[in-house]
Amino acid sequence: MVRPIAFLVGCVFVFALVIAFVMPREKAEPNLVEKYHIEHVELPLASDGPFGKFDRQQLQRGFQVYKEVCSACHSLHLVAFRDLEAIGFTKPEVKAIAKNWATEVPDVNPDTGEPATRKAIPSDYFPAPYANEVAARAANNNALPPDLSLITKARHGGAPYVHALLTHYKEPPADLPASLKPPVGLHYNPVFANLNIAMPPPLVADGQVTYADGTKATVDQMATDVAAFLVWTAEPKLENRHRTGIAVVIFLLIATVLAYLSYRNIWADKKH
Amino acid sequence: MSFPWAEHYAPKHPLMRWVDEKLPLPRLVYNAVGAGYPVPRNLNYWWNFGVLAGLALVVQIVTGIILAMHYAANAGIAFVSVEQIMRDVNSGWMLRYAHSNGASMFLAVVYIHIFRGLYYGSYKAPREMVWLLGVVIFLLMMATAFMGYVLPWGQMSFWGAQVITGFFSAIPLVGEPIRELLLGGFAPDNAALNRFFSLHYLLPFVIAGVIILHIWALHIPGSNNPTGVDVKGPQDTVPFHPYYTSKDGMGAGVFFLIFALLVFFAPNLLGHPDNYIPANPLSTPAHIVPEWYFLPFYAILKAFTVNFLWIPAKLWGVMAMFGSILLLFFLPWLDKSPVRSSRYRPVYKWFFWALVADVVVLWYAGGSPAEEPYVRLGQFAAAYYFAHFLIILPIVSALEKPLPLPNSITEAVLGGEDEAAPIGLQQA
Repeated sequence: MVRPIAFLVGCVFVFALVIAFVMPREKAEPNLVEKYHIEHVELPLASDGPFGKFDRQQLQRGFQVYKEVCSACHSLHLVAFRDLEAIGFTKPEVKAIAKNWATEVPDVNPDTGEPATRKAIPSDYFPAPYANEVAARAANNNALPPDLSLITKARHGGAPYVHALLTHYKEPPADLPASLKPPVGLHYNPVFANLNIAMPPPLVADGQVTYADGTKATVDQMATDVAAFLVWTAEPKLENRHRTGIAVVIFLLIATVLAYLSYRNIWADKKH
Repeated sequence: MSFPWAEHYAPKHPLMRWVDEKLPLPRLVYNAVGAGYPVPRNLNYWWNFGVLAGLALVVQIVTGIILAMHYAANAGIAFVSVEQIMRDVNSGWMLRYAHSNGASMFLAVVYIHIFRGLYYGSYKAPREMVWLLGVVIFLLMMATAFMGYVLPWGQMSFWGAQVITGFFSAIPLVGEPIRELLLGGFAPDNAALNRFFSLHYLLPFVIAGVIILHIWALHIPGSNNPTGVDVKGPQDTVPFHPYYTSKDGMGAGVFFLIFALLVFFAPNLLGHPDNYIPANPLSTPAHIVPEWYFLPFYAILKAFTVNFLWIPAKLWGVMAMFGSILLLFFLPWLDKSPVRSSRYRPVYKWFFWALVADVVVLWYAGGSPAEEPYVRLGQFAAAYYFAHFLIILPIVSALEKPLPLPNSITEAVLGGEDEAAPIGLQQA
């Protein structure tokens, strides 16, 4: 009985699929965006590859770009000031950075119980520039600046995408169809999925920040540095991971060779 | 169980004798995966994957229990609690990456294990029960993996839960109430997250229980082998330990090497970037795709695009998707060929490889956007999938003329050569 029933069921499924297969398709809308969109981008960083390590000098420069440019709108709520020690800042430096941070940390007035703010300390997470989503949208033409902690892991293309996004703002090309022209308040950027992004160009001129280590702050350099910094915020344990991984792989290679030899030894007199 | 020439457990140490008298647990282990289990001598590397699947389950349970100590199953803080595991828990990043990639490794070795069973006819008499229990394990694994993917409460977690629980709403009349009952609400939220966490913690132990039944059922006829020929005598078998423990040890080494390369050097390769964005019920991702191991089934779901026989397309898709797995329960009775191994089935062998290619095509179509040519590709591959199991396989198995089988495993292995009798059997 099983096979006749199976045959019948099989025929029904196949028939339903054949009908779906031959059904004429509606003509797909031509994808206008594709012609202008930049899909593949690259950015070699010191943290790439199995032996990759962070370039701490670069992370500090990237942090400076975040502090002086990005942090005006973007939060970094998974990173604490204390974490900055991992990219080479000393304890007193971290303390000073926290204390002088532009946004204060929400707190409660100990005398009245009223909401208040206070200066940040190293154990605080980076305070968000806006009190809440409504405030963020109100200040940004109804767009919400995303938190940047995980941005290089939360976007296809990762750090190279962030770098490309920051460096590809330009005037819309003359042949751009009217439907793709940036509406008021949006900005043309071919790296962004639909070509028009709410974020105004954040890095506009060389020398926008003044690097302490004397590196020339070109737009490309600032974008590279902040992308590298955001790789660190998304994956702070990357160096541990690479280091542990090398040791684990070496151990496993030796163990596997030993296991193979013991297998050959045990089976030596047994044809199989 | 198994063969009369199986070695008997004879504890030498008085302590083990004492334990064995009171509770013969060491004996059970000895007979299950020790020297007391005679196994065909000719198993190839494809037979490593059962043990590897068991290892993967152990890895998942160990890492999962520790992760559960740090994870908070609450829709408000689940996402951040996972990130705190990644950042603040000692070696938390390793545990979490091992667990998420461990799921991929588990499913990968189980898929190979299933295809090995298909190629060598391991589902056929007298091992039908082994196969049936295996399909149950596979279903439980899929449920567990799906609920685990919801726990980080990222965008793909949320929208995956939305899509998958949406299957139930395809059922006429009672569908929507069933979906609400499963979710504990109208959309995935805290109630759903909590019950998924509870079940995600429970099901692996159910899987472990069914694995015990799977192995128990296996030990009654004993393991199949690449020739598919029954074991005829002691010369055809070797004791599981040390012969296959050593071979599995090597297999485990390779398994952990690949696993380590993923965890330490490409931990997000198999994941989706959208799951690093916190769940947002108000923003639908551009492409909702499941994890790679569900893509062939997702392709079958998407392939049904027209209403047919008064049944809406969505219900067809859901029925076909569940049907594509449930039909495996009937496989032992769909394939009537008396020959197990495809080595001796000249026609079926080609259809087996066609099925492998078909599943790869389904996998590719499942991960592609819903536009041509991918939709038609998926429809063609889905039709072939059902045709393979429900139409081609029964017909081929009835008409095919198998090649002559070897008389015994030993004959197949030695190819007519003599073998010096093992020292223990040599006549004095």
